[in-house]
Amino acid sequence: MCLGVPGKVLAIDGMNATVDFFGVKKELRLDVVDEPVSVGDYVLNHVGFAIRRIPPDEVGETLAMFDQILKDVAQDDLMAADVIGEMAAGKEKA
Amino acid sequence: MASPAELAQQLKFRDPEKARALAAALQREVDAIGRDEITIMHVCGSHEQSIARFGIRAVLPRQISLIMGPGCPVCVTDAPEIDEGVALAKQGCRVLTYGDMLKVPGTVKSLGDAQADGGKVDIVYGVEQALEIARAHPDEEVVFFSSGFETTAVATAAAILRGLPKNLSVLSAHKYVPPAMEIVAGMPGSKVEAFLAAGHAAIITGCDCFRPMAQKYRMPIVVTGFEPLDVLAAILKTVEMIRHGEHDVANCYPRCVTGPGNLPAQKMLWQVFEPVGGQWRGIAVIPDGNLRLKAEFAAVDARRRFDIDVRSLWDYAPPKLAERCICGEIMAGFKSPKDCALFGKECLPESPVGACMVSSEGTCKIWHQYGGVPDLKEVG
Repeated sequence: MCLGVPGKVLAIDGMNATVDFFGVKKELRLDVVDEPVSVGDYVLNHVGFAIRRIPPDEVGETLAMFDQILKDVAQDDLMAADVIGEMAAGKEKA
Repeated sequence: MASPAELAQQLKFRDPEKARALAAALQREVDAIGRDEITIMHVCGSHEQSIARFGIRAVLPRQISLIMGPGCPVCVTDAPEIDEGVALAKQGCRVLTYGDMLKVPGTVKSLGDAQADGGKVDIVYGVEQALEIARAHPDEEVVFFSSGFETTAVATAAAILRGLPKNLSVLSAHKYVPPAMEIVAGMPGSKVEAFLAAGHAAIITGCDCFRPMAQKYRMPIVVTGFEPLDVLAAILKTVEMIRHGEHDVANCYPRCVTGPGNLPAQKMLWQVFEPVGGQWRGIAVIPDGNLRLKAEFAAVDARRRFDIDVRSLWDYAPPKLAERCICGEIMAGFKSPKDCALFGKECLPESPVGACMVSSEGTCKIWHQYGGVPDLKEVG
């Protein structure tokens, strides 16, 4: 529950953002994020809130790290399961 | 930009060669210190996941003892707090909580038991979902059993500041980690001489907040991420600081954490919550360790809104097994899961006796998942 998963902001409507997390779309709140967020930015999600706007020069490294974690899911990896859980929870309703 | 997969290839966060180089550097530092025992505590379930899964303890110099402290909010939620949620469900409220909380034992019953008994208990992912459920059930009293450390408390605070539906209140089981680190460090017999602080919680608090503690307890505190190489690099930094007698804070996770942290989030947190003393399960009463809603938010504070009758739950004798659970000693750094007679026998992820076996961030659950004792010889 303490892992912030990074995602790309697709749309913003007031304090609500639609964010893509490795292909999963979710609604996130922008109330507590540390800096103003624009479409195209990457943010870290924690329980439905963006808690950090990832500085552009750190996006690649952060995404790569999570990409690696997601590959571990087949091995009953707890961290990968947590990330998948965080992505699946509160998914945008179709 | 290269694709994440290509970047992962280039970056090799789990590169065994780098890990071995770090381990060799660590050995040199430890030899230079010349002591038999160096105890480092971390306070993050994600750190423990990496440490156990990648067998980090197996590559550390034998002098280093790396232990997990009170770093899982599910684990430290005390039984009477669970009892309050169970009592509210019994009194007819719809109780909403994070999934992990369902199995956490109360004095007699868990929230999962309350659900099985016919109580209205639902799992939510976050406070936003609690808002939706409250709106969908306007004729019911809905209570959000809100647990988690400062990172999660901020989300609850933001929702409260925006205004909750009239039928929604919050039962705060939120905890604040820095005071718990101090208490554990200062316990008689504690061998902890340095901390690895949790990277993602520090996104909110920043790392500067640990400086007074580092100076008071004369120990290094190193903020770090959760990848195996992040953890190893942070241990190396910690040991270097011990060698040089530096009682300060180091940030080994600059890609996420800043000195002051997320200031708007901290403002919201302290606008809504105030720190009060409270029992952390099995560990101690931690002064300033619990987060209580301030008086001005009494209207949405479930504790003030309801007369919570937990005594009716205690008509039963508490389960005998629970008396033998040593989760508290594990989280205070005095014991490890393998010292527990229940571990992997009577206490299992499917039927946890103690809270540390419940959450994927609990020490016992993590050790159980990765073969009981993390003695993997290969990193990567």
